[in-house]
Amino acid sequence: MSATSARPSHAALPSGGAFILKKALISALVALVLFSLMIGVRTEAGPQGGLIYWTRFGDLAALVATVFGGSIIVELLRQWWGPIDKDSLVPKPVQSAMSFAGRWLAPALLVFAFLVPVIFYDQRYILDLSILVLTYVMLGWGLNVVVGLAGLLDLGYVAFYAVGAYSYALLATNFGLSFWVCLPLAGILAAFWGVLLGFPVLRLRGDYLAIVTLAFGEIIRLVIINWQSLTGGPNGVSGIPRPTMFGIPLDNSDSGLAARLGIEFSPTHRLVFLFYLILAMALLTNWVTIRLRRLPIGRAWEALREDEVACRALGINTTTTKLTAFATGAMFGGFAGAFFATRQGFISPESFTFQESALVLAIVVLGGMGSQLGVALAALTMIGGFELFRGLDQYRMLVFGIAMVLLMIWRPRGLIGHRAPTVFLERNQAISSDLVKEGHG
Amino acid sequence: MSGDPILTVDRLMMRFGGIVAVNELSFAAERRKITALIGPNGAGKTTVFNCITGFYRPSGGAIRLSHDDGRSIQLERLNDFRISKQAKVARTFQNIRLFPGMTALENLMVAQHNALMRASGLTVLGLLGLPSWREAEKRAIDLARSWLDRVGLLDRADDAAGNLPYGDQRRLEIARAMCTEPALLCLDEPAAGLNARESGGLNELLLSIRNEQGTSILLIEHDMSVVMEISDHVVVMDYGVKIAEGTPQTVRDDPKVIAAYLGADEEEAIAVMESGT
Repeated sequence: MSATSARPSHAALPSGGAFILKKALISALVALVLFSLMIGVRTEAGPQGGLIYWTRFGDLAALVATVFGGSIIVELLRQWWGPIDKDSLVPKPVQSAMSFAGRWLAPALLVFAFLVPVIFYDQRYILDLSILVLTYVMLGWGLNVVVGLAGLLDLGYVAFYAVGAYSYALLATNFGLSFWVCLPLAGILAAFWGVLLGFPVLRLRGDYLAIVTLAFGEIIRLVIINWQSLTGGPNGVSGIPRPTMFGIPLDNSDSGLAARLGIEFSPTHRLVFLFYLILAMALLTNWVTIRLRRLPIGRAWEALREDEVACRALGINTTTTKLTAFATGAMFGGFAGAFFATRQGFISPESFTFQESALVLAIVVLGGMGSQLGVALAALTMIGGFELFRGLDQYRMLVFGIAMVLLMIWRPRGLIGHRAPTVFLERNQAISSDLVKEGHG
Repeated sequence: MSGDPILTVDRLMMRFGGIVAVNELSFAAERRKITALIGPNGAGKTTVFNCITGFYRPSGGAIRLSHDDGRSIQLERLNDFRISKQAKVARTFQNIRLFPGMTALENLMVAQHNALMRASGLTVLGLLGLPSWREAEKRAIDLARSWLDRVGLLDRADDAAGNLPYGDQRRLEIARAMCTEPALLCLDEPAAGLNARESGGLNELLLSIRNEQGTSILLIEHDMSVVMEISDHVVVMDYGVKIAEGTPQTVRDDPKVIAAYLGADEEEAIAVMESGT
């Protein structure tokens, strides 16, 4: 869409009652066609082996009616609560309260994050969950560089997570290197694989890029499974050393931290240490990304997302710019992978399936591409929310899916869709998500 | 044509399959002058532009750029971003290509990418926030500010480029091209879609760029009021070949030019003839 035609698009959007009714009717018709055989007619093998069937038109009618009503409700919700006409429907005091909350949300979240081990010291489950959430926050922030800033759709991000995890696991178990030596090595190795992936996909865009990155993720997983002599194949790598606090182990031995401090040993110490470790790593990722955005390389990434042809006309080397985006994102993925390995103590290829890539990508998209706070919130909602629905048993996935669909209808550009400028003269004003592009590969 | 050309196009050929879009075109653009490339629709003007700015690789011929310091670069051997980075040729686009989701100021900062990359020590110094980097960034913002002022967009510096009116977007794109500090500025229909007052302002801007920055300008234009008023030299193309060249005055009276325009597009022919009387 060109720059000029982007603005008045929602003025032309049909919104009348007739439109909603028509849309609902079409949905109902599709449901009728789809479900008439699936629900309307039921077949079963009879006692003599013959086929018997009976009709269930009542159920079918109820289902079609639900789709009809649901479509109307969704459309109304979309028009009343969606970004369209948002200003006229949300009262002014609510707006100002929301902007106040928006300003203090990030610092409040940060303070809360620091206090989590203090507040929930006795609740191992919460501590474990927060470590998991923070791991995904870090992964989300890493992928955000590639997808959110540079606009390159990467469906194989888990490959770098795996490279990081296996780098640490193999270096530590084979050569006895410590976590702090392996961490940068894991990042460098992942970045190296990021560049390797980057080269063949430089010319690809959009769907094609997504497919190749998807394949890359699978290749790494398959290599890990099949290279048994190195990686142990499906059995994984076990006995990965736990991290030490700068050389002091966190166990109940005589040289352990508890013994040295003269306090009673508790396994929670290690959990708290792991928590602050991943918090520090995630914050480092965040800090570096924020810094990079304000440097020429970060601006070039965003410019690449906006218009690649214009970048070339301005003398920007799009090849190296894309490669640095891949490498930076991969490096953070590698760090997170090394942390994952040391936390688990055991890794196997099962932890690095496409499911993980999809989850991290969903976090980035749901958060609002390019927004650091949005990604953190999305990780909290996705991982935390998923745990919240644990009581719903088999309906968990269903409720979770519906929640995601509703969220995307309500906020099509993610939780925080607008973009903050990297430099300003007078006013630091956010840029509406209508103008910011998603990138095209 | 004599003098001191900055750009010399020599027997340029561009074929797309069996179609010859540009056929043995030769012309030169003088240093610190405004050269206009005109012709009916489909004459091959934008193809010439794309060859000069590295978006197409010519099928044959040579394009030479000679800098003030005597350095001479064969543009047909460079491609892509190197034309702008090494040869210092900047361009704008017929359908504006700004970064719509970035502010006007950010657009001009992106244009200074290569200078800022050096200043930030390929990101390392910048990441550490060293004073030398901060100094360079401040200078870059000052350059951007001065160009925003020149094109009259200083008060809209922090607005998204995509939110600016059409005429402002055109001027911002020229300012962005100028922020790369080019030796040759190539403008593809800079006056397209502008009203009479706006195109008058554009004339002044282009003349001031020529006179104050000493930047040579090559432009494609359909708006004859712009071409006739500011061009020092006009090259007329039709069906991929040059049919005339000279001062605006001589070109305007050339029967071949009038015929080309009459044959191709009546409106444009009338425009040419009217501005000639």
